[in-house]
Amino acid sequence: MNLDYRARRKLWSWVMSGLTAACAIAILIPLGDIIYQAVLLGGPVLSVSVLTSNLPQPCSPVNGIVCPVGGIGPALEGTGILVALAAAVSVPIGLAAAIFAVEYRGRFLGTAISFTADVLTGIPSVIAGVIIYAYFVIYDPLVVFSVITGTLALSVIMIPIITRTCEEALRTVPHSVREAALALGIPKWRTTLQIVLVSALPAILTGILLSVMRGAGEAAPLLFTAFGSRLGFQGFNNPIDALPLLIYNFAESPYQNWIHLAWAAALILILLILVASVLSRLAIQRMVRRMRGE
Amino acid sequence: MMGSGKLQVEHLSAYYGKRRAIEDISLGFPEKAVSAIIGPSGCGKSTLIRCLNRLHETLPRTRVEGRILLDGTDILEVDPIQVRRRVGMVFQRPNPFVTMSIYDNVSVALRFNGRHSRDEIDRAVIRSLQQAALWEEVKDRVDAPAMSLSGGQQQRLCIARALAAEPEVLLMDEPCSALDPVATAKIESLVKDLKNTYTVIIVTHNMQQAGRVADHTAFLYLGKLVEYGPTEDLFERPKEKLTEQYITGRFG
Amino acid sequence: MDPSTLSSPLPRPRKGHVWGDRIFGVLVAGAGLFVIFLVFAIASILITQSRLAFDSYGLAFLIGTRWDVSHEVYGAVPFIAGTLLTSAIALAIGFPLAIGSAIFLTTEAPRWLRGPLGSVIELLAAIPSVVYGFWGLYFLGPYMRTTVEPILAKSLGWTGAFSGAATGTDVLTAGIILAIMVIPTIAAISRETLAAVPVAQREAAISLGATNWEVTRTAMVPYARSGIFGATILGLGRALGETMAVTMTIGNHDAIPTSLFSQGQTIASLIANELTNSSGPLQYSAIIYAALILLAISLLVNVAARLLLWRVLRVTGGTTE
Repeated sequence: MNLDYRARRKLWSWVMSGLTAACAIAILIPLGDIIYQAVLLGGPVLSVSVLTSNLPQPCSPVNGIVCPVGGIGPALEGTGILVALAAAVSVPIGLAAAIFAVEYRGRFLGTAISFTADVLTGIPSVIAGVIIYAYFVIYDPLVVFSVITGTLALSVIMIPIITRTCEEALRTVPHSVREAALALGIPKWRTTLQIVLVSALPAILTGILLSVMRGAGEAAPLLFTAFGSRLGFQGFNNPIDALPLLIYNFAESPYQNWIHLAWAAALILILLILVASVLSRLAIQRMVRRMRGE
Repeated sequence: MMGSGKLQVEHLSAYYGKRRAIEDISLGFPEKAVSAIIGPSGCGKSTLIRCLNRLHETLPRTRVEGRILLDGTDILEVDPIQVRRRVGMVFQRPNPFVTMSIYDNVSVALRFNGRHSRDEIDRAVIRSLQQAALWEEVKDRVDAPAMSLSGGQQQRLCIARALAAEPEVLLMDEPCSALDPVATAKIESLVKDLKNTYTVIIVTHNMQQAGRVADHTAFLYLGKLVEYGPTEDLFERPKEKLTEQYITGRFG
Repeated sequence: MDPSTLSSPLPRPRKGHVWGDRIFGVLVAGAGLFVIFLVFAIASILITQSRLAFDSYGLAFLIGTRWDVSHEVYGAVPFIAGTLLTSAIALAIGFPLAIGSAIFLTTEAPRWLRGPLGSVIELLAAIPSVVYGFWGLYFLGPYMRTTVEPILAKSLGWTGAFSGAATGTDVLTAGIILAIMVIPTIAAISRETLAAVPVAQREAAISLGATNWEVTRTAMVPYARSGIFGATILGLGRALGETMAVTMTIGNHDAIPTSLFSQGQTIASLIANELTNSSGPLQYSAIIYAALILLAISLLVNVAARLLLWRVLRVTGGTTE
C-alpha cells in the first residue's frame, strides 16, 4: 500500500516533467515554422541584386508571364538610415540617463529614472508613432511623413531600451572598481567615462546592438511617420521606406512577386537578429572571461 | 589619545542612514609610522579609514561629523579629490582595473590627473613598482593585462597604483584578507618598508598581523575607540578590560 | 578653507575637475530627466489632441458601443472589447505554456540544454511583430480556417463562443498570435524568478523525500509566484498594445465581437488602420482618445508589473562586495 503510494507520486512526477517538456517543445513550433517558411519562400529570392534593386512592378505569374523580381533596395536603405539616425539620437541620451541612474544611485531621481525607463519599454510602440504624428500634424504638417519623424518615433522606442540595457551593463562593473578610481583622486566624470564605461563596454555595445535590432524590426511607429515610399532616400523632409513597412504593405497585396520580396525582407530581419544575438553572446562571454582574468 | 599626528581625527562620527557606525572617535596617527586599527568585524574599523580619504561619503545616505586634520587642515572642508591625491588607499580585495595593463594601472592616477611627460610617468611607474616590490616580477611584461597576475601580485599592483600618485598617507583596508600566507608575508614586509616614506594606517582583523607590522594600534569596539597606544603596550599591558578580553581571544 | 594649501610635490591635480564633475553631473541628470519628461510629453500630446472627442462624449466614450464613421458616432467599446478579448485568449493559451517551459528550463531540462533553449526563447522575443503578423496571415490563419476552427465549431459550437463562419482572420487567430508573442516575455522572466529561488528552499524539500515535481510545486513555484505574476502582467501589457501582428490577423472590423470567430479590432489595430485616413477631426480626435485609453491601460499594467518585479528581482548590482 505504502509502496503503491510512493510509486504513484513518482509516476505523477514523471508525467508533470513530461508536460513541462511538452510545453517547451510546443513553444518552439511556431518559431521553427516561421524560420522555415521565411527560408523556403524568401530564400530563393534572396540575392545581391535583390538587396540593391528597386521595387518591381506588381505582377503575378498567370498565363506563363515571367514576373520581374525587383528588389528591396529602398527599404533596406531606409531601415539603415532610420536606425542609424535613431541610434545617433537615442544612444547619447539613453547612455547618459543610465549613467545617472547607476552612478548617482541612492538618490530618488536615479530610482525614478530606472523605473520610468522600465515602464516606458512596456508602452505600445504604436503610441510612439501616434505622438510624433499628432505633434507634427499640428506644428509642422509639411514633414509629417518624413525621415525626421520616423527617426523621432524610433528614438522614443529606443531611448528607454538603451537606458535599461546600459543600466544593466554598468551595474555589472563592481563597485570596488569605482572606489579604486575615486581613492586615487580621479574625478567622478573621468572615473565613469574612462574606467567604468570602458570596463562595461562589451555589455553596453551589446545593449545598443539589441535595441538597434528592435528598432529595425518596428513597423507600427513608422506607419504614420516614415510612412513608406517606393523610392529610396529623397531628403530628410520626405517619406522613406523600411523593411518592416515593406513587409506590411506587400504582405497584404495580391501580387506574387511582392509577397516573395516581403518574405525575403522577413528573412533578412530574422538573419540580422540571429547575427546580432550571436555577436552579443560572444561579446559578453569575452567580457566575463576578461574580468575573471582568463 | 590626542597629540599632534600627521593625521588627526577629532570627535569623528560616521553614519549609514540613521545608524551610527563610529561614535565620537578622536585619535592621531603619527607621521612615518604604521598604525593599525583592530577590532571584531562590524566594529567600524573599515568605516573609520574610509572617512580618512572621504570615501565613506560616496555611498548613498551616509554622513560624517567631526574633524579630520591632515597637517592641520580639515580634509572634510576641502575638495575630496585633492584629499584623495594625498591619502591613498588599498582595498580588501585586489581591485586592479580589469581593462588595463600593468603599466596603465600604475600610471592611471598620473595620466588622468595633471599633465606629466611620458618620461615622468615612466619613472613614476618604475619607482612605484619597485616600492611595491613587484618590479622584479613584472619588468619584462608591464604591458600584460593586470588580471594575468596572481592575487598577491594584484594586491601589490594596487599598492603600486596608490603609491604612483605620491600620497603622504597610505590607508590599507585589510589588504591581506584575500591572500594566501606567502603573499601575506610579502605584503607585511612591504608595509614595514613603506613607513620610511609614508604614514601607513592599516585595518586588520588579524591581531598577530598588527603585532608584526604596527608601531601603534587602536582597538575599536562597537563603533567606539576603546584603547590606543604603542602596539607593544596594547598587547602586553592593555589598560582596558575589553582590550584584554579581545586580545586573549575571549570574543571577536 | 583654501584648497591650494593642500599641495603635493609631483602630481598636481588639474583644477578643471570641479567643473568637469559639475558639467558631467548636469548632463547626465538632464538626460535622466528627459526620460521622465518623455512620459509626460506622450500623455500631454494625447490629452490635448483628444480634447474634441472628450468634449463631445466625455467618459461616455468608454461605454459607447458603436463606431460608425458615416454617422459620426464614436464609442470605444468595440476596441476595448477586442483588446481585452484577444489579450485574454493570449494569456489563457500563453500562460500555461510559458510557465511549463520556464519550469522545464529551470528544473527539468538537462543542463546542456538550458543555455541554448534559453537563447531560443530570447530569439522568439526578438522576432519583429510584423513577421509574426505575416506568418499569421499566410499560415496560421489558413490553418485555423481549414482545420482548427471547423473542429472547434463541431465540438464546442454549442457554447456559442465558436459560432459564425470560420474565416481564419478573426479574434481567435489574433489571440493565438498574441499568445505566441507573449510566451517569451512570460517564460523568460518567470525563469529568472524561478532561478532566483534559494537552493536551500529546494534542498529542504528534497531532504524531506519530495519527488522532482513536488519540489517544484511546494518549494519553487510558491516562492517565485509574485515574480511569475509580475511576468504575466508584463506579458499582458505586451498583448494589449501589440499592433502589427493583430492588425494583420484580426479582420479589422469596427464592431463588438460576438464570438471568437468574429472579425474585430483592438485599440492598437484601430490606430494602425484609421489614424492617417480619418474622415474628419472628430474621428481623428476619437482615435487619439482611444490611444489615450491604451496608454492609460498599459501604464497601469506596466507600473503594476514593474513594482512586483522590482520587489522580487531587486536590483542589487554595483554594491560593495
